[in-house]
Amino acid sequence: MLLDSLLSIITFVPLIGAAILALFLRGDDAPARRNAKCVALAATSTSLLASLILLATFDPEETGFQFVEEGEWILGLTYKMGVDGLSVLFVMLTTFLMPITILACWDVTHRVKEYMISFLVLETLMLGVFCALDLVLFYLFFEGGLIPMFLIIGIWGGKDRIYAAFKFFLYTFLGSVLMLVAMIAMYVDAGTADIVALLGHNFGSETMEILGFQVLGGFQTLLWLAFFASFAVKMPMWPVHTWLPDAHVQAPTAGSVILAAILLKMGGYGFLRFSIPMFPVASSLLADFVLWLSAVAIVYTSLVALMQEDVKKLIAYSSVAHMGFVTAGIFSANQQGVDGAIFQMLSHGFISGALFLCVGVVYDRMHTREIAAYGGLVNRMPIYAAVFMLFTMANVGLPGTSGFVGEFLTLVGMFQANTWVCAVAATGVILSAAYALWLYRRVVMGELVKESLRSITDMNRREQAIFAPLVVMTILLGVYPSLVTDIVGPSVGALLEGYGEAVAQYGGSTRLALHGGH
Amino acid sequence: MQAGDLAIILPEIVLSIFAMAGLLAGAYGGRDRLGPAMIWTTSALFAVLAAWIGLQGTGAATAFGGMFTDDAFARFAKVTILLSAAAVLLMGEGYMARSDLIRFEYPLLIALAAVGMMVMVSASDLMALYMGLELQSLSLYVVAALRRDSVRSTEAGLKYFVLGALSSGLLLFGASLVYGFAGTTGFAGIFEAVQGRTPVGLLIGLSLVIAGLAFKVSAAPFHMWTPDVYEGAPTPVTAFFATAPKIAAMALLARVVHDAFGGVVGDWQQILAALSVASMFLGAVAAIGQRNIKRLMAYSSIAHMGFALMGLTAGTVAGVEAMLIYLVIYVTMNVGTFAFILSMERDGSPVVEISALSLYSRRSPTRALAMLVLLFSLAGVPPLVGFFAKYSVLLAAVDAGLAWLAVLGVIASVIGAFYYIRIVYIMYFGDEESELDAGGSTVLAGFLVVSAAMMLFGLWNLAGIEGPAAAAAATLVR
Repeated sequence: MLLDSLLSIITFVPLIGAAILALFLRGDDAPARRNAKCVALAATSTSLLASLILLATFDPEETGFQFVEEGEWILGLTYKMGVDGLSVLFVMLTTFLMPITILACWDVTHRVKEYMISFLVLETLMLGVFCALDLVLFYLFFEGGLIPMFLIIGIWGGKDRIYAAFKFFLYTFLGSVLMLVAMIAMYVDAGTADIVALLGHNFGSETMEILGFQVLGGFQTLLWLAFFASFAVKMPMWPVHTWLPDAHVQAPTAGSVILAAILLKMGGYGFLRFSIPMFPVASSLLADFVLWLSAVAIVYTSLVALMQEDVKKLIAYSSVAHMGFVTAGIFSANQQGVDGAIFQMLSHGFISGALFLCVGVVYDRMHTREIAAYGGLVNRMPIYAAVFMLFTMANVGLPGTSGFVGEFLTLVGMFQANTWVCAVAATGVILSAAYALWLYRRVVMGELVKESLRSITDMNRREQAIFAPLVVMTILLGVYPSLVTDIVGPSVGALLEGYGEAVAQYGGSTRLALHGGH
Repeated sequence: MQAGDLAIILPEIVLSIFAMAGLLAGAYGGRDRLGPAMIWTTSALFAVLAAWIGLQGTGAATAFGGMFTDDAFARFAKVTILLSAAAVLLMGEGYMARSDLIRFEYPLLIALAAVGMMVMVSASDLMALYMGLELQSLSLYVVAALRRDSVRSTEAGLKYFVLGALSSGLLLFGASLVYGFAGTTGFAGIFEAVQGRTPVGLLIGLSLVIAGLAFKVSAAPFHMWTPDVYEGAPTPVTAFFATAPKIAAMALLARVVHDAFGGVVGDWQQILAALSVASMFLGAVAAIGQRNIKRLMAYSSIAHMGFALMGLTAGTVAGVEAMLIYLVIYVTMNVGTFAFILSMERDGSPVVEISALSLYSRRSPTRALAMLVLLFSLAGVPPLVGFFAKYSVLLAAVDAGLAWLAVLGVIASVIGAFYYIRIVYIMYFGDEESELDAGGSTVLAGFLVVSAAMMLFGLWNLAGIEGPAAAAAATLVR
């Protein structure tokens, strides 16, 4: 009975926590603030425990959806939830990172209750994205996340938070509304908004003529482009990534962690859930386009990252570069590429989250993100230096850390799909080593010459406890990647099988049409 | 005239008699001392009538030789009109009392306007249509100028009157052309006459009728009166303008295009599509620069009417259903928003500057939160119910092959989102704390919170309006 609605429990427990906070917690004194954090921690931990049950009972060999719940809803839509190999680990990533995030903002004193409510609502919406099996339900969760994130950046953010919050909101909103129209068109075309049914629906791929242009792939291409507009902004892909550095720099530490670790993954998940299986013809037609965009993103944003003077901005650009590997892996459309893309997303969730937490640790002490304000931290903060070292190396992709596996697998996938793209992307690996190691040298190594740093203290127990699980996961996935690939592999195989068939069929029919024409 | 006819229009008769009796009582009795009691009584009567109409059967009947139709569509519109009018009247009572505007005529004029609106949504003849429309409009001209000693309010009333008269003229001219070419003023007769063929004169008549009605729903480019009237009229009156008359005019428009011109959908579809696009974009763009929250709500209502028109443009049952759902959700949001605007006061006097809300979330967290929900809902951001309003009209438009209209609509909604979240930004991210009074009437707070809660919990089943809206739409579209 409990298992039947496990996904709903995982998803809505944080919301219940938020409701409890909103309705029953009064006052803004120290005990009230403490209670707010405790409730938030309890809610996120409950969700984590429930999701561990999910993982334990999940059957990786089964490629269909599991734990499916279905119920009537409004306007002909259904409330349908379910997970498969593609989505279950994203659910885990979210539930795993949320308690860490709550712990990371333990020292916040400004409007704590609202802060916790925002995070709890955000968690529900993020989990919903990965569980939803109805188009509009998916859109609801996907877009709903904008509201709490807008408030998190806007209320608890840095100096230029207002500009960043508006840019974040309007940029992603504009990207997504076109997807909404595409979703409606899919609903009208297929007569259902059920994602499972849509996965089996063939959207038309006959060449269309629009305003005098021949559009190869027809209807599929139009839908693909609309979804691309949304997911590319969310990922974010070059050249629509410009909201991310602003949002990251201005967001509070916990907000940055969530943004980098989970919100960005929604774009990649969307490509896997919608673009590749539902519009295979359009995906194959536009694969090279995406691969080249990704290659440009990897090199260009790595170069930009080199020149940053703000730690958070540097990590933000590095995120964009790493997401380039993800998109390239997905659109390589082979087992290694897609496995690698999912692996890279999960690993980046841990690594980028940890890197932003590392920035948060020194920011809490010094209240500056300028790289130039630091230097020689190793003398005063040995534990911090070690942790930061590990995650810098993981970010670079050092073998033995999870970052290596993701980059390696995606590069293998890219090599098979488009060797030139792989060659360009591989230079990005070198560049990432350059900016990450240089950052590390400037912040941590050297003599401690800055007067203001003389009294800086090392990480306290709470901070160490926050990093411990992230360290474990980064190394564990680095040395034993089958933990992930065993779970995603079968689903990815099924996904690519359907994709291959659809593409082959389209290739056959176009050849036939060409021959018929002669 | 038969007893059966009278039975069908009994709610309208009851309301008219009440208004007349109220006038007598006011004139000979206590004058303005009766004001507050009159407001409460009128509201209660609205609610009772709404319940009565809502609980009537499912059938359809016509009266007075086909001039007046009582069907599921009319009942749906009447219930919405009466309930929103009741809510807005109650909300305004405190404000009217404090700004010394309580006159016993005010609720009675609103009651007469309500009668007009009920006739409008039931009209199935151009004559009945015009009668209802004029009764409503004349009452509204007077309440717009209720604050007699204020230049702004008088100007609003006059402006509304002149432009309203112009639109009535257009409508009448169009109606006479339609009559000339169709040979009848009854909708059923016109429907028969225009099957398959539309003479040019009839097309012109149709365009003029739609133009006249577009004035009433304040669709661009016939919106010019709206911001000034919204700004000049006393806030409770503005709240009323933004709710019930909009439903009545949209419902009337739906009835005319479907009941009378349902055979030539293609002819009016283009006109409505143009009105819809113009309204959505004008409402979205022009509101950005507004500093006065009442003017902002005027442009907001223009944009929302554009979306509602999109549903109507589809020309299908689903389209009308979407329009009705949109209107109900729109009205619910507006009731809450105006409850908030009515409670914006500093040292007891009303404030309409948006900047006064700076960091209001500190001063009054609950109300700021409720307003936040309403604003995001107005912007159409999921998961709030306002999103489903937009979703349903977009679905209807795409289903009818108007994907381009849907694309334009969502782009306009992104532009429009900016000014709604700008208010959120002022309330939550501002620099200095607001000087607005924190207290305020519990009635207003109640309406605000209930309206916001509906935007959240309506997610469950849309408060059950889906079934009645579908039934209403099905009776209208043949």
